[in-house]
Amino acid sequence: MAATKTIRAIGHRIVDAVWRIGSATRFFILALLYSGMGFKRFRLIIKEIFSSGVMSLIIILVAGLFVGMVLGLQGYETLKRYGSESALGSLVALSLVRELGPVLAALLFASRAGSAMTAEIGLMKATEQISAMEMMAVNPIARIVAPRFWAGVISMPLLAAMFSAVGVFGGYLVGVVQIGVDEGSFWAQMQAAVDFREDILNGVLKSFVFGTVVTVIALFEGYDAQPTAEGVSGATTRTVVNSSLAILMLDFVLTAIMFRGN
Amino acid sequence: MERTTLDLWVGMFVVAGLAALVALAMKVGNLGTYNVSESYQVYGYFQNIGGLKVKASIKSAGVLVGRVTSITLDTQRYEAKVVMSLDKRYQFPQDTFANILTSGLLGEQYIGLMPGGDEEMLKDGGQVKQTQSAVVLEEMIGKFLYNKAAEPEKVIVPEK
Repeated sequence: MAATKTIRAIGHRIVDAVWRIGSATRFFILALLYSGMGFKRFRLIIKEIFSSGVMSLIIILVAGLFVGMVLGLQGYETLKRYGSESALGSLVALSLVRELGPVLAALLFASRAGSAMTAEIGLMKATEQISAMEMMAVNPIARIVAPRFWAGVISMPLLAAMFSAVGVFGGYLVGVVQIGVDEGSFWAQMQAAVDFREDILNGVLKSFVFGTVVTVIALFEGYDAQPTAEGVSGATTRTVVNSSLAILMLDFVLTAIMFRGN
Repeated sequence: MERTTLDLWVGMFVVAGLAALVALAMKVGNLGTYNVSESYQVYGYFQNIGGLKVKASIKSAGVLVGRVTSITLDTQRYEAKVVMSLDKRYQFPQDTFANILTSGLLGEQYIGLMPGGDEEMLKDGGQVKQTQSAVVLEEMIGKFLYNKAAEPEKVIVPEK
């Protein structure tokens, strides 16, 4: 009977996963519905932008700089073989603006800010602050979830834009300043290749979607966590794992929609 | 509403993010270099456009003067109709010659405009009548081989 047991276990897990997706969606809609109250108290959103956006700034900027520098080095090594080092600028800029900026910034945001959100809300639940709010007729979704959600949605595109901008600067440092690619062709080829609407705005749109998904996952995991020390730690892990997977899978879908070669 | 240092930090964060976006648009993207609003459209028929793509650049004397806006097949003539939008600042004579050229050996294809001597200038919606197709490498090699084969064989006169 080992076989039926395994099949039953698999089925149970799948049903559980679908169940969780359903409750996460309901949670997302509730957060949207109650965000009107959150906007009335805009100070709450500002406070959350500080703790999720501003506090992620350093890791985003440093990571962006180094990713850009690596792109500059690797791109130069490859392009040199075809004698087209002048295309280095467009290579660095396109890969950052289209893919690496939104995706890496979202991954960093998920592990820096998302995990913190989950742990915070999970601990609030474990220490029964959320039930206390309900007792005082304060809606915890309007008071706790909605401001954090909007903070994440607002911060993410800004962080991704900064990541890309710093990354391009890193590529410039390595490519032009250190290796000595011609500065004029570096910028000119970049500007010829990168389109504002097609590349930059699509990148912003991507990071907006990632921001929404990451914050919803983080908030839901926190809100749904078992109110124990173990439960909170498990929820934090799930936030990072699930949102990383969601970012990478969604990235494929979004890329397929946005950049189908024409 | 009283001000706090928190507001300052968040304000700086938002400003930095927007500045990064503007920097991307201006310095990295093409917003700073090419303004679409002041342009006029001309079109031309090409027998073969090779690898020309929408948004390919249009150059005259090496200077970027416009972009290709659409490429369609005209089923009346079975030729490619290429619509070009040119910068208003640059006017070209009616007998301008449009060439599909390649930048470098394997580079992107672009349209090169060679102005003629006509007094009349091309108007919005006008047609560039003289065009030259892209050079397709395969065709050229094919022609070369064909010519080689067609050459009369050198008769080897046996030595006496």
